[in-house]
Amino acid sequence: MNKDLHNYIIQLGDNSLILGHRISEWCGHGPVLEQDIALTNIALDHVGQARMYYQLAATMEPGKTEDDYAYLRTVTEYKNLLLLEQENKDFGYTIARSFYYDQFHLLILRVLKSCGNKDLSEIAAQAYKEVSYHCRFSSDWVKRLGDGTEESHRRIQRALDEFFPYTAEFFAPSEADNYMAGKYGVDLSKLSSQWSVIVENIVREATLTMPTTPYPQLGGKQGRHSEKLGFILTELQYMQRTYPNSTW
Amino acid sequence: MKDWPLYEVFIRSKAGLHHRHVGSLHAADDTMAIEHARDVYCRRNEGVSIWVVKSDDIVANDPAESDALFNPAENKVYRHPTFYDLPDNVKHM
Repeated sequence: MNKDLHNYIIQLGDNSLILGHRISEWCGHGPVLEQDIALTNIALDHVGQARMYYQLAATMEPGKTEDDYAYLRTVTEYKNLLLLEQENKDFGYTIARSFYYDQFHLLILRVLKSCGNKDLSEIAAQAYKEVSYHCRFSSDWVKRLGDGTEESHRRIQRALDEFFPYTAEFFAPSEADNYMAGKYGVDLSKLSSQWSVIVENIVREATLTMPTTPYPQLGGKQGRHSEKLGFILTELQYMQRTYPNSTW
Repeated sequence: MKDWPLYEVFIRSKAGLHHRHVGSLHAADDTMAIEHARDVYCRRNEGVSIWVVKSDDIVANDPAESDALFNPAENKVYRHPTFYDLPDNVKHM
């Protein structure tokens, strides 16, 4: 098995699953019915993408299924970005988290879509359409909140400020990222400046201030997570841990 | 968000068909109304085109005048084109 490629696919799958799970926590709690459904749709997009990645990873590792990756790994085996396990807190934090990630996600998928790995490029082509809408949704809301009331402006700015240190991890390559850069040209360092330009333009249009921080938060890709991921997995894996091998 | 205006949503299910009224929703403005319509009414492949219009902008007849508006048509069967002999090979009439 190609360990680096496998790890890379797991990274992508874990990002989708953990963010999808976080957004799904809004189900039944959205600020209005229309937003509740919108958030749930987006959560399902992410979980669907996670399944595609896990199914692909399972074909590389004999005896594994997609469920093994989702339900039977521990916190330190998860490789998702730290940003994505952060709590929803309020609608502003939820939007800020998605906004930063969606813009990065779209850039990655654009490269993967035309990379030399056929399996990944097929998944990326499908995901790209969904994530284009995610970008539209989260950036529209950054503008609405930023350019809205005094309170919405203050709260989305606070969320952007608080989550910004986690965005450094997008572009801090893991071994798997380095392998993908060398073999398939998925070069994170090239995406960094593109991401900054896109994000800064939207933040400025929203009448908000682009945060700066000298203290990046890193480690998710290497399995060093906050305690928050433990709570997510406890809920997500409850059925399979309590009733092993149970099926629908 | 409680003062968001109400919009009526019309979906075209596939090219060539007309837009049908499917329901209503709340949104802050026209752009959001389209996005909400996409999320609420097009989750299961229902459509290829969306129209939204503010409910306030729809002009409706007064239900109290229904008799005057609709009743007179009831006994005018000759307005239906049912008195023609159709050739057998004309389909879909």
